[in-house]
Amino acid sequence: MAETVSMPKPGFDMQEGTLVRWVRVEGDAVEKGQVLAEIETDKATVEVEAPLSGVVYKHLVEQGSIVPIGTPIVIIAAPGEKVEDAPVSTPAVEPVKKEAAPVSEAAPSPSAVVESAASGDGRVKASPLARRMAQEKRINLATLKGSGPGGRVVRKDIEAALAAVPAPSPEPAIVQPVAAAAVPVEPVWTGGEIPADQHIPLNRLRSAIGRRLVESKQSVPHFYVTHNYNAEPLLALRSELNQLLPDDQKLTVNDFIVKAVALALRQFPNINASISGNELVRHGHVNVGVAVAVEGGLLTIACRDADQKPLRVISREVRDMAGRARSGKVRPEDVEGSTFSISNLGMYDVEEFIAIINPPEAAILAVGSAQKMPVVDGDTLRIGTRMRMTISADHRVTDGAEAAQFMQALAKFIEEPMRLVL
Amino acid sequence: MARITMREAISQALWEEMEKDPKVFILGEEVGVWGGTYAVTKGFYDHFGGDRVRDTPIAETAIIGGAIGAALTGLRPVAELMTINFAFSAFDHIVNQAAKMHYMFNGQMVLPMVIRAVGGGGRQLGATHSQTPDAIFAHFPGLKVVAPGTPADAKGLLKAAIRSDDPVMFIEHATLYQMRGEVPDGDYVVPIGKSTVQRPGRDITLVTYSKMLEVSLKAADQLAKDGIDVEIVDLRSLRPLDMDPVVESFKKTNRAVIVEEGWKSYGVGSEVAARLYEQAFDYADAPIKRIAQTEVPLPYNRALEQSALPNVDTVIAGVKEVLNG
Repeated sequence: MAETVSMPKPGFDMQEGTLVRWVRVEGDAVEKGQVLAEIETDKATVEVEAPLSGVVYKHLVEQGSIVPIGTPIVIIAAPGEKVEDAPVSTPAVEPVKKEAAPVSEAAPSPSAVVESAASGDGRVKASPLARRMAQEKRINLATLKGSGPGGRVVRKDIEAALAAVPAPSPEPAIVQPVAAAAVPVEPVWTGGEIPADQHIPLNRLRSAIGRRLVESKQSVPHFYVTHNYNAEPLLALRSELNQLLPDDQKLTVNDFIVKAVALALRQFPNINASISGNELVRHGHVNVGVAVAVEGGLLTIACRDADQKPLRVISREVRDMAGRARSGKVRPEDVEGSTFSISNLGMYDVEEFIAIINPPEAAILAVGSAQKMPVVDGDTLRIGTRMRMTISADHRVTDGAEAAQFMQALAKFIEEPMRLVL
Repeated sequence: MARITMREAISQALWEEMEKDPKVFILGEEVGVWGGTYAVTKGFYDHFGGDRVRDTPIAETAIIGGAIGAALTGLRPVAELMTINFAFSAFDHIVNQAAKMHYMFNGQMVLPMVIRAVGGGGRQLGATHSQTPDAIFAHFPGLKVVAPGTPADAKGLLKAAIRSDDPVMFIEHATLYQMRGEVPDGDYVVPIGKSTVQRPGRDITLVTYSKMLEVSLKAADQLAKDGIDVEIVDLRSLRPLDMDPVVESFKKTNRAVIVEEGWKSYGVGSEVAARLYEQAFDYADAPIKRIAQTEVPLPYNRALEQSALPNVDTVIAGVKEVLNG
């Protein structure tokens, strides 16, 4: 029985994606789970897998098309099967020339925000010729000031930008430290030329991060509540449990935090929520997003139903998804559907920081390092280990008192971590 | 090569083709004894006789219908319409019969006929006698439509039209008859369906034809004083429309203005602009501009009439607008 595969929704607020490559051509046999196509979204290139085994009967969209979410993209049929009523109408997709794709959505770089050609709706006005030239010369149109009507970027603006880019300077001489130096030191610049400024076009991910977070920071009224947690029991339990686990399955501090946050969120449905138009959506599922640093940006992977899952399952899922994210092979479901996010910079010796809410979620938790410090324990002063976390919350959704109560509830799970393994 | 008027060039082409081929004959109102309303056929009646230079009643349907019949039976008629505005009286014969017979009867017959029609405004002839409806005729597959802007092209294109086995609308502009230009002697033929660059330039492409070629050349001369180097492409034929020189020029200049005398809506400029976007979108550096007649019936009042027609000033303003756009 033939089945139609539709454009997946790789992100919460995704409306469309570019089908960059058909991995399987028409007539190819596919096994369930094999990759059919690659889709480029704001976040990454993701793979669409075959939901069943069969033969690729017909591609319904062309490679390079921008495809709205949910549009049928391919028919998988049984070998030898004739699909009588294959949809003949081509779905409303917008074929794009490769060069035109990224520029219209590019977010302006900070230095050019005021005078760039990017208009209020995020579209960059440029003549077709300017777009083509920009693509060929790898210039980010959004960074240019258009001299045409309404700030349209035209040929002469591109030519001016090209003239302004300095010619590559010769490789500066690097002088090795003298052999006698006891401690190796970084090479120093001596007499060579200072490297010229580099102009690097924003990639799609960088542009998307910029656009989404500018929008978040400008339109969401953030407020912040910081709590200082006693990390000693959690660290102790972790080392105890990890003695039982093989090296490749050891639990991270973050795994505990994911679980702790998930359980606390179960008690605070108002924080496990999203704004949608005039509505507040309190999510039934608790899907904890974890920000993962990837080359050139960051992705938020989603650990689904983390409140329901044992620590080891959380650990494995996060490890697998983060691995895929870092290798650029993230799947749509990896980055879809988080209801609350965690950003953890604990591994970088960070005392504390605050994060920007990942829209449309209502809050995000910024996790600092577990650090040794003097603590007052009853009437004595001793050395303890503390971990600071800061929640950034959307004041349209929740208020300081509730956020503070959430942080307090979180303390129960962080500081009595046996609750996480029960 | 002689420097002659467009009237003389058209007359020369007709004369030479009639001398060359006894099947060629002329019919129309006042073309014979009187020598033509615009004196194009002066002296033809005396030389070729009444059988080959036939005066007709004031009945355009009869003129075109007679031409169709003559063409079907093997002659090569050249029918003259005193003005193209009267072509509407013969519209069915032109677009339903002449344009379609070859197709509808499976190619069994050809219609080697030319309709010489005089068009254009600017002579205070009133709304019904001053129209430039070239685009209407160019709309119909089955017709060829040519409209020369120089004496040389008038001679060369008319010869090609007379020799063509398809019906050809040969549209002359009434205010160009006195225009002088170098015209090659003898058998000079300009193929139908070939646009040409009339003035090379590098800054902007000006696409035009017929009377507006003269206007555009004058505008280009003035713009040159401001350091603006205009390239002018003369379409010469509206159907078939040769876009190659237009596209080539546009790829070089990246900006275009189309100047026509007729109304803008659904006009020649619309067609050329659409084809440029289809064929050279990635070369556009500014929106393409159409310059055309103000969308009113052309006024009789001299000042109003002139203000409704495209002129050197409007072309210059349009070019500058697109260059700044």
